[in-house]
Amino acid sequence: MAQPVPVGAGPATATGQGNNSSPGMQPVAPTRRGTELWMLAFAAALVTSALTLVSINQKQELTIQILWYGLAFFAVFTIAHLAVRKWAPYADPLILPCVALLHGFGLVMIYRIDLAKAEQALARAREYAPSAPKQVLWTAIALVFFLVVLFVVRNHRVLAKYGYTAGLVGLFALALPAMLPASISEANGAKVWLKLGFFNIQPGEFAKILLMVFFASFLVSKRDLFMVAGRRFLGMELPRARDLGPILVAWGVALGVLVFEKDLGTSLLIFGIVLAMLYVATERAAWVVIGLSLFIGGCLVAFSLFTHVQQRVANWLTPMDKDLFEKLGGSFQIAQGLFGLGTGGMAGTGLGAGRPDIVPEASTDFITAAIGEELGFIGLTALLMVYMILAMRGLRSAVAVRDSFGKLLGGGLSFAIIMQLFVVVGGVTALIPMTGITAPFLSYGGSSLLANYILIALLLRISDAARRPQTGSRPRPVQQAPIAEASTVMVERPS
Amino acid sequence: MNTPLRRVGLAMLLMVVLLLANITYIQMVNADDYRADPRNQRVLFDEYSRERGKIISSDGKLIATVTPTNDRLRYLRQYPLGAAFAPVTGYYSVRYGSRALERSEKEILDGSDDRLFVRRLSDLITGRDPRGGNIQTTIDSRIQQTAYDAMTAANYTGSVVAIRPQTGEILAMVSTPSYDPNPLSSHDGDEQEKAYRAYADDKLKPMLNRAIQETYPPGSTFKLVVTAAALEDGVTKDAQLTAANSVQLPGTRTDLENFNGGHCGPNDQATASLETALALSCNTAFATLADQLGADKLRDQAAKFGIGQTDLQIPMGVEESSIGPLPDAASIYQTGIGQRDVRLTPLQDAMIVSAIANGGVLMRPQLVQKVLAPDLSEMSKFDADELGRAMSTSNAGVLRDMMKKSEENTRGNGKVNGLTIASKTGTAEHGTDPKNTPPHAWYVAFAPADNPQIAVAVIVESGGNRGLAATGGSVAASVGRATINAMPGIGGR
Repeated sequence: MAQPVPVGAGPATATGQGNNSSPGMQPVAPTRRGTELWMLAFAAALVTSALTLVSINQKQELTIQILWYGLAFFAVFTIAHLAVRKWAPYADPLILPCVALLHGFGLVMIYRIDLAKAEQALARAREYAPSAPKQVLWTAIALVFFLVVLFVVRNHRVLAKYGYTAGLVGLFALALPAMLPASISEANGAKVWLKLGFFNIQPGEFAKILLMVFFASFLVSKRDLFMVAGRRFLGMELPRARDLGPILVAWGVALGVLVFEKDLGTSLLIFGIVLAMLYVATERAAWVVIGLSLFIGGCLVAFSLFTHVQQRVANWLTPMDKDLFEKLGGSFQIAQGLFGLGTGGMAGTGLGAGRPDIVPEASTDFITAAIGEELGFIGLTALLMVYMILAMRGLRSAVAVRDSFGKLLGGGLSFAIIMQLFVVVGGVTALIPMTGITAPFLSYGGSSLLANYILIALLLRISDAARRPQTGSRPRPVQQAPIAEASTVMVERPS
Repeated sequence: MNTPLRRVGLAMLLMVVLLLANITYIQMVNADDYRADPRNQRVLFDEYSRERGKIISSDGKLIATVTPTNDRLRYLRQYPLGAAFAPVTGYYSVRYGSRALERSEKEILDGSDDRLFVRRLSDLITGRDPRGGNIQTTIDSRIQQTAYDAMTAANYTGSVVAIRPQTGEILAMVSTPSYDPNPLSSHDGDEQEKAYRAYADDKLKPMLNRAIQETYPPGSTFKLVVTAAALEDGVTKDAQLTAANSVQLPGTRTDLENFNGGHCGPNDQATASLETALALSCNTAFATLADQLGADKLRDQAAKFGIGQTDLQIPMGVEESSIGPLPDAASIYQTGIGQRDVRLTPLQDAMIVSAIANGGVLMRPQLVQKVLAPDLSEMSKFDADELGRAMSTSNAGVLRDMMKKSEENTRGNGKVNGLTIASKTGTAEHGTDPKNTPPHAWYVAFAPADNPQIAVAVIVESGGNRGLAATGGSVAASVGRATINAMPGIGGR
C-alpha cells in the first residue's frame, strides 16, 4: 500500500545543504529546505513587484505603510520557514512557497481594494476602515497557529487517537452559530458567525479540519466494514444498507448547515470532502454514486424549500437578467464580477488600474474576480495553477506517506483546497451557483486564514513524514512486493 | 489507497480544468459583451478619464467642454452656459449616466465611434491619449438664450422651439424650468447625488425636456392643420362657415362655444369666411369645418405634418404626437379646435408652422450640424432632409396670408415695425376641470412672413402668470416674438 521513497532519491537534484553525506555512510535524504528558501524569495519578489505596481498605478508614493506591509510579509514567512526547518525538515519544499505567493497576492489585492474604497469613502465624506492592516494582524495570529500546530503535532498519527474528540468538537463548532441567537451569529444572511465584540470568527472553518481528522481516523478504523460487499447492481458492488450510516450522517449535517445557517458553501464543501475521503478509504465507486445521488436529492429538496436557494440558482442561470440585476439580493454582484472579468480580458487592466471595488465583497468572496480583472485571464490562470501545484504536492505527500491515516487526512486536506477553490471560483464565474465562501489564503477574513494555515501545517507534517528517512536501525529491505500483490509476468518460452 | 488517491487527484485536475475552461469563455470569448454592457460602469470610468469632445453652438459658443483635473477621472465636464442649454446638451454623470446629446452622440464624444478609429490608432502609436470628437449643434446661442430668458424672466413653465424652415435645423430648443447640468458631472459623488435628488424631486420636473418629451393639447394652433386640410380639399379661404356663438356637440347636450362665448365676426352675419374664422380663431366654425372634412382627411393631413411619427430622432428620440382615435362626430368637433385627444409636442407644433413657412414642404428637424474630429477637421455635415410635402405651395401661400391676418388680431408685446410675422395663437384647456384650470397658452409663428427664416412654437403651461384669463396672445406671443427678433439679420437688421 505504501509507496516508500527510496533514500536519497528525490525527484529533482537537491540543492546544497541536507546533502551532507559523510563518506562510508548511506547518503541522508535531502531536506530541500534550500529550495524552499529560494522559492520563498521568488514568491516574495513577485509579491513586492505586485505591490509596487499597485502603488504606481494608483499614483501612490512609496510610503512607509507599504514598507510595513512588505516587512510583515517577509517576517511571517521567514519565521514559518525557520519553523519548518526545525520541526519538519523533510517537508515538501513547494507547499510553503505556494502559500506565500497566494497569501502575498491576497494581501496586495486587499490593500489595493482598500485604496479604492478609501477613495470612494472620501468622495462621500464617510469613514472607511481599511482591511489590509487587520488582515496583516490575522496573518500574525495565523502564523502563531501554524507554529503551534507544527510544534505540537510532531507525528500526525497521534491525531488519529483524538478522532472522536475532534469529530465531537467539530460538530459542536459547526452547530454553534445555528444555536446562538441571530444577533451574535448572523451577518449578510448567513448564520455562521461568532461575534465576540472586537473580532468575529466563523467556527465552521475550523470545524471543517476537525471533521476531516475525525473522518480520516474513523474511516481507517472502520475501513473493513465499508468494504463488505452488499448486493451487486449495474456491475457495482453496493454497500450494505446498515453501512450507509456515516454518509447519511454527513449528508444530514451538510443539510443542517444549509437549513439552519444558510451557508451553501460550507455545506457543499463538507459533503464533497466526506465523499472524497470515503472513496479513498474504500476504493469503491459505489460510494461516489450514492453520495452524488444523495447530493442531487438534497439539492432538489433545498431548491424547492428555500427561497434563498432559488434566488442563488436564478442569479446563476441568468445573471444578466434586467430585473434580477436590480433586485435586492439579485444578480448585481455576480454580474459586476463578470463585467470585471470581461473588462480584464486576456491580459487584465493591470494591477491597480481596474475598478474591482465596484463588485460588492471584492476583498472576500469576489477576490478572484478582482484578480481576474486586473491580472486578466493570464493572471487568474497562473493563480489557479499555483493552487493546483499546492494541492498536488499535498496529494503527492499523501500518496507517499506510509500510514493509512496520513494518506486519508493528506488526501482530504489537499482535496479541500481544490474543492474550496472550485466552489468559490466556480461561483464567481457562474459555473455553479454562488455559495459565498472565501478563496483560501487570498480572501480577507481571519477565520478562513487561520483554518487554512492549520491545514497547511498538517499537510507539511504529513509531507515531512512521507519524505523523512525511516528512523531506527532497522535496515530498509530492498523493496519487494509481497507475493500476494506481485504482478504476474508474462514469461516467454525461449524458442 | 494510492489508486483512489490518484483518481481523486484526477478529479481535482478536472475541477481546475473546468474552471479554466469557464474563465476562458468569460475572459476571452465573451469578454466584449461584458465589457460593452451598459451596466458595466468600468467603461464609463474609462470614458471619463478620456478627454471628451466639446459641444458647440452654430455660432461658435462652447456649450459643453472639459477642464483637466488632478483626480483619477482626469477631466471635468463643464457646461459654461448652464441651464439655458441643458435640454440640448443634457448632462454627463458618473453616477446617473447621461442625457440628450451627451447620450445620443456618445460615441463621437467619447471617441469610440468607428469614424474616429484611424485617429485612435494614430493616437495609440504616437502615445497621445485618445480624445473624443466634437459636435457642432444647429442651436444658435443668441436665439436659445433670448428665448430662455424670455421664459424664465416671467417665470413661465413651458417650452420654445425654433426651426429654420428651409432646412429643419433646430435653432433653439428651450424647456423651462431647466436645471444646471454642472453639479451632475461633478467628481464629488455627494454633490452629484444632491443635485440629482433636487432635480428629480422637484415637482416642476426641470429635467424633463418639454420640447420633445411632453405632449400638450395644441388648442387653436391645431386650426392650422384643419385649415390646411380644408384648403387641400378645395375649400377656399372665402368659404362661409357658421358664425354662431355656440354649437351643440352631435349626440350630446354639451355646447361648444367660441372664446368668451362671442360671435364670429360682425354680429349681423350668420356666417364668417374661413379667413375670418382663422383670424378670429372661431371655435364653432372650425368644429363644423372639421366635421365637414371628416376623420380621414384630418388624419391624413395631420400625418403629412408629421403627427403620429413614432421614430423621429433629432438625434434624441421625440415623443409621439397624436390626434387621437376620433370615434364619433363629437370628438371630430372637439378635435377641430385642437382639444379632446389631440396631443402635440412643442417640436411638432413648430414643425407644422415650419412646413407652412417652407411652401408646404416638411423638413426633418435636426440638432447636429457638424461632427468635428478632435483636431476640429470636419468629419460629417448636416444634410437637409425632406420628410415630405404637407400641402401645395399655393395653398401654403394662402395659409400664410391668413396667418398674417391672425397676427394682426393678436395682442402681446414684441411687434417690430418692418417685420411681418405670420402666426397663430392657441389657448388650450386641459386637466380634469378645464373651465377652472388655467389654460396652456400657445403661439406658433414664422417670420419674415414672405421670406421665412425662422419658425417658432411657444407653449406656456397653465396660463403662465395670467391664470384663468391667459390666452396665447397675452402670454405666449411676446415670448415668440422675442425669439423671432433674436434671429440675427431678421427684419433688415
